[in-house]
Amino acid sequence: MFAGAPQYLVSGLTQGAAYGLIGLGFTMIFNTTGIINFAQGEFVMLGGMLSVCLLGAGLPLPLAIVLACLATAAIGGLMERLAIRPIAGAPAVNAVIITIGVSILLRGGAMLAFGKDTHALPAFSGTAPILALGAAIQPQSLWVLAVTLALLAALKLFFTATIQGKAMLACSCQKKAASLVGISVARMALLSFAISGLIGATAGAILAPITMTAYDVGMMLGLKGFAACILGGLGNPFGAAAGGLVLGVLESFGAGFIASGYKDAFAFVVLLLLLFVKPSGLFGKAGVERV
Amino acid sequence: MLTLRNVDIHYGRVHAVRRVSLHVAPGEIVALIGANGAGKTTLLSAISGVERVSGGEIEFDGKRIEAEKPERIVRLGLSHVPERRLVFGPLSVADNLLLGAYTKFRRREVAADLDEIYAMFPVLRERRDQQAAALSGGEQQMLAIGRALMARPRCLLLDEPGMGLAPQVCKEIFRHVSTLRRDKGLTVLLVEQNAKSALAVADRGYVLETGRVLLSGTSEELLANHDVRRAYLGREKDN
Ligand SMILES: Nc1ncnc2c1ncn2[C@@H]1O[C@H](COP(=O)(O)OP(=O)(O)OP(=O)(O)O)[C@@H](O)[C@H]1O
Ligand SMILES: [Mg+2]
Repeated sequence: MFAGAPQYLVSGLTQGAAYGLIGLGFTMIFNTTGIINFAQGEFVMLGGMLSVCLLGAGLPLPLAIVLACLATAAIGGLMERLAIRPIAGAPAVNAVIITIGVSILLRGGAMLAFGKDTHALPAFSGTAPILALGAAIQPQSLWVLAVTLALLAALKLFFTATIQGKAMLACSCQKKAASLVGISVARMALLSFAISGLIGATAGAILAPITMTAYDVGMMLGLKGFAACILGGLGNPFGAAAGGLVLGVLESFGAGFIASGYKDAFAFVVLLLLLFVKPSGLFGKAGVERV
Repeated sequence: MLTLRNVDIHYGRVHAVRRVSLHVAPGEIVALIGANGAGKTTLLSAISGVERVSGGEIEFDGKRIEAEKPERIVRLGLSHVPERRLVFGPLSVADNLLLGAYTKFRRREVAADLDEIYAMFPVLRERRDQQAAALSGGEQQMLAIGRALMARPRCLLLDEPGMGLAPQVCKEIFRHVSTLRRDKGLTVLLVEQNAKSALAVADRGYVLETGRVLLSGTSEELLANHDVRRAYLGREKDN
């Protein structure tokens, strides 16, 4: 009965890594601004769709992906500048509602620009599976895991070794003092939206060869990423990544051993159960408070 | 160096500061004393740009700054050590100090300044790799002051540096303030509820009551003033 386990584990980890990246995007923005950005899933969609579109325009695949990610980062930055900053000082709820509006706008725009078709990006290095540990591993799965690890390492470096990264942490824990030392809180918010755009788009681009992409994939992926970051304890970037992995694996095992039709429901059942048992998340400190 | 003219500050409909005028000359230590809710913190916040004035002018070094953003005001040479210290708790002591120099680009200068802060507060050097949140109240105050000094200010706003500290620690901090003025010509606007210890280091003082300047004068005058003694010094004898 458990013969399929290694296979499910691999596909779960792959999917989970992407959820983790999406969750990481939520966390970046939440930590710096206190806003839950419901357009995060749209960043993921844009990463996939823009890559498809640029590839179709004749660009080589790596360049198409890099440009798609950078463009999405720019869209993230613009979103902060045009939609979030004008209501600075208003309660975070207002900003959250605006992010929902932006997500609808981006989804609608993508539908108009790219149409309603589902697209697949070619796998980065072929589709000949690698047989290992009783599972057939798609090379793309390795790409997903490797890119996720690389991004996590880069973020770790950003937060621990660069002054801008430290300034962003300072903003998230103590806004007033941050502006008193000369950090522009508005600029940090912009940077966090841009980085989230970059991370989200990367997740979208590396996942597109496996799960396909379309103008409307953002909604479900965004929700999964949100679940991942709640699972990992909202506000903890590396918890979000781990939460994503846990979620992906649970989902994959649930779909494999119980019923594949309920695949999407597992994530939310698990999330609800966790919120009852340990509201601060798997990796959150109990009673952690945010100011 | 720092001049306020008829400054008004509102929080919604609360009129927290009413037509306050005061000035601080270069190299002076000026105390701002007053009871809870008098508007001291509000006034400092308006000077450093984190609160907006609803009327009046604030001038620093001949430039009007009441409409400037805080990140710009630090760059002009005015740093604010906020009430309750507001250290970056999850970050290390060293990173807190480094962020104090966020506006400075010359890395070599920053390293030298860091050494100077560590020399002034050796305990910070010992604990440089610890989280700021793990420091004691007095150490956090030293960190907050060190962080502000890393920006190389010419004028320092200090909001209740002695709050919650043992008298001994409080005294040590005031001693550092005097030293900074003597050695670097630092100008200081010092907010305190403890009028006696504040006026002991200050040259002059202002007494703020419900948002208004009630009295001003040299430290000796204020210490000798009957109202000040009754309102701010008598109370200290009780506790
Ligand atoms: N963020 C705020 N929103 C609304 N009212 C405020 C706010 N901050 C301060 N106030 C009000 O403004 C007035 C002045 O407060 P402020 O904090 O400046 O006093 P303070 O002199 O610093 O007092 P303390 O000695 O207790 O620190 C008080 O009436 C206070 O209730
Ligand atoms: Mg105060």
